Amino acid sequence: MIDQALLEKTLTTATSRGGEFAEIFVEDRQSSGALLDDNRIEELTSGRSRGAGIRVLVGDSTGFAHTADLSETGLAAAARAAADAARDGTGGVTTVDLSPQQVTSPSPVSIYPDSVAKQRKVELLNLANDAARGVGDAISQVSVGYGDVRRRIQIATSDGLLTGDDQVKTRFSVSCVANGDAGMQTGRESAGHTMGFEMFDQYDVTDLARKAAQRAVTKLQARPAPSGTVTTVIGKGGGGVLFHEACGHGLEADHVAKQSTVFAGRVGELVASPLVTLIDDGTMPHEWGAYAVDDEGRPAQRNVLIEDGVLIDFMWDELRARAEGRASSGNGRRQSYKHLPMVRMTNTYIANGETDPGDIIANTDSGIFVAQLGGGQVNTVNGDFVFGMTEAYLIENGEITEPIREGNLIGNGPEVLTSIDALGNDFEMGSPGTCGKDGQGVPVGDGTPTLRVPALTVGGTAA
Amino acid sequence: MLDDLLTLCDSVVARAKPGEQVEAIAVNERDTEVRVFEGDVESFTSATSQGIGIRIISDQRQGFAWAGSLDADVIDSALSEARDNATFGSIDEDLALAEPDGVSQPELDLYDESVNNFATDDKIALALELEAITKDRDPRVLLVESVDFADAVSEAAVVTTTGIRVGGRDSGSYVTATVLAGGDDDTQVGFGYSVNRDPGKLDLEHASSMAVERSTRLLGATKPPTERLTVVLDPMVTSQFIGIIGSTMSGEAVLKGRSLFADRLNDHVAAASITLVDDPTNPKAFTASEADGEGLATRRNVLIDQGRLNKFVHNSYTGRRLGSPSTGNAVRGYSSTPSVGTIALSLAPGTRDQAALIADIDNGVLIQGVSGLHSGVNPVSGDFSTGADGLRIRNGELAEPLREFTIGSTLQRMLLDVIEVGGDIEWLPSSAAGLSLVVADITLSGA
Repeated sequence: MIDQALLEKTLTTATSRGGEFAEIFVEDRQSSGALLDDNRIEELTSGRSRGAGIRVLVGDSTGFAHTADLSETGLAAAARAAADAARDGTGGVTTVDLSPQQVTSPSPVSIYPDSVAKQRKVELLNLANDAARGVGDAISQVSVGYGDVRRRIQIATSDGLLTGDDQVKTRFSVSCVANGDAGMQTGRESAGHTMGFEMFDQYDVTDLARKAAQRAVTKLQARPAPSGTVTTVIGKGGGGVLFHEACGHGLEADHVAKQSTVFAGRVGELVASPLVTLIDDGTMPHEWGAYAVDDEGRPAQRNVLIEDGVLIDFMWDELRARAEGRASSGNGRRQSYKHLPMVRMTNTYIANGETDPGDIIANTDSGIFVAQLGGGQVNTVNGDFVFGMTEAYLIENGEITEPIREGNLIGNGPEVLTSIDALGNDFEMGSPGTCGKDGQGVPVGDGTPTLRVPALTVGGTAA
Repeated sequence: MLDDLLTLCDSVVARAKPGEQVEAIAVNERDTEVRVFEGDVESFTSATSQGIGIRIISDQRQGFAWAGSLDADVIDSALSEARDNATFGSIDEDLALAEPDGVSQPELDLYDESVNNFATDDKIALALELEAITKDRDPRVLLVESVDFADAVSEAAVVTTTGIRVGGRDSGSYVTATVLAGGDDDTQVGFGYSVNRDPGKLDLEHASSMAVERSTRLLGATKPPTERLTVVLDPMVTSQFIGIIGSTMSGEAVLKGRSLFADRLNDHVAAASITLVDDPTNPKAFTASEADGEGLATRRNVLIDQGRLNKFVHNSYTGRRLGSPSTGNAVRGYSSTPSVGTIALSLAPGTRDQAALIADIDNGVLIQGVSGLHSGVNPVSGDFSTGADGLRIRNGELAEPLREFTIGSTLQRMLLDVIEVGGDIEWLPSSAAGLSLVVADITLSGA
């Protein structure tokens, strides 16, 4: 990374046009991936990206420039571009003295992926492919992906902060197609953690593969999903994406500042069922959205957003926190050095309840059980959200019965939050996700115990 | 400069060892972005970025590496990584780089010098003006949440040991406005934009009126009951759907058994009014381009011809596997190997405008927007359901606004259920053009 003297010099250049605050974010990202598809190892890929983003704040304006040239001249050019963009004309010389801060990662790495032979990664792909195809003749296609990334970052600011992080992530995914009389269906399963190759001590890739294949095969028998408003039981784990969409985005301070969220001005009010405690926690060891410091150099925190139904706080980045005269909550993140940071979630989850999940199903006369959710989207302005269900079943007379085909679930975040009427005691984190906001994608985790929403709209095709 | 990129790619390709095929793709981009809020610049970003991707095929195995830099040491290590990666790929006798196929590149005017001469202060002024006219456009506008101006110039070169050597550059600029309208109990958001290769020709009125209309006309929306009915898809919605339909026509999806149309060539898969064309040589298309990701000339391909499935699109690899030449549809950035996809889709337009289409419908819904389409469509099975909002159509006229419902069907049925294609083609900032589309027998799920 970049040495302290050069960082100090660059920050001085960045503030030379009168900036109140300047920051350098340096990133060095190395990635590798391997893909098996159609019974072939199609390719191994290696990638490298490094550069720095420099921002300068003047009043409410931010100037930003980035460069892949980390030499003294490259950094000086970017610093001047950022300073020009946020100029106020007053000028002046600010001397910056950085004081390095040591941080401890919540996700120590045992086996760095670049120390593992490529052949070993290829073997995992083949094992998973064989296992998925072994599920039955109905499996007509299998795609298996492996990926790892090591992201080293360094943050220095004109306030004197100097810190950094070394983030290693590993992921593995299996996608299957099953062919039946009524056409094709798909099944997917993935694992991803902020850890090294030791992830495969925790996960048997053949297990993941069989689950993905079984999911596709099961759906061959699925009937069209019902249409209209139904009682919906969301299974443990991946159901957390519901809360990511339904209320997580609405609790980001940048939306709050522009009043473009239904939760603005409601701190201290009951905004959810008293069963609901919602937490965003960047410190969860090895979870997909975990880190030691955020992309503004602030330590990750465990932030309780909603406690027993009462709105406690929003999530904050540096910019919004400064405007309110408070501290950042460690939620300032960016996709890469080419992007400005903004308020983002980390690992967002609903805390455990007390009910046996079996009882929740048994006490539901009719409805649907959603075992796996796909991606979703929310309109933070009015709270309307939508997300896809990729594995779901009918509930009839208190029992899970037939599988149903894919469809979207829609609802309104604030309404869903207040209407949750049962919460299980089987909390689990879900699959690794990528959250998109304003064109930037960052890794996030989510989780939930089994829970029930009395009325969600299922967008099926059965009229 | 483009010549520098070509020379750089030449130098990489020149390092091929005997028996190796080497391909280098290099990209150079410069962009600025201005965001304003309440009369001030909220952020100003200026940046240049570069990258290179190197693909090696050796002993019928493929390896790839990329880097976000054009520094010599980085290129050295990408080349050796790609070479090493190739030793782990499966042997595949059909693997080979593209070769010149005699099709000459279309000459398209994709670069406008004016983007380089547009002053920073003019960019800021443009964004501030858009914010001001939008705020004052309608008393129901609560807040102009954000207004952005952005422009970019990009250059790309592809060179191979098989004789491909092409380069191109293009420019673009756009403005966007996001508006909140309504009051305490009911707030709706709307988005508007204008796009042009010349920033001086951006249409602020269009962006402003679009954002305001799309937010205000949904005020007071309610949830409709569940029923089956006829819908009219707004051009932006049609664009998203045909993009997904285009993905099922990819030679890669066909080859790997992931296309619901794999065995349907020459079948009638759509209503006779449907002719679906992928034509990157049309300069009106936002994603018009002269060469594909392997450096072959782009060309006009008719995928569905009056309802009959006519053709799939290919890159050189999927074409070779399926006994067809490349259709010039390799798609990629510098950080990936070429895949296959449509580049600039459009439906052949009909004759009537949206109002005339609506006038024929007794009970239906105009779908203004869809959300969660990426998670709600399975392009392998064809099942789809997506969140939507829009306006009721009653007795041939637009009536009350509706929200919080889904529309669902299968892609297969939807294509056959098209009643009429509108004549209102719009070249949207997307890889698929939009127009109004009337589709019968869609399941609307609401209360």
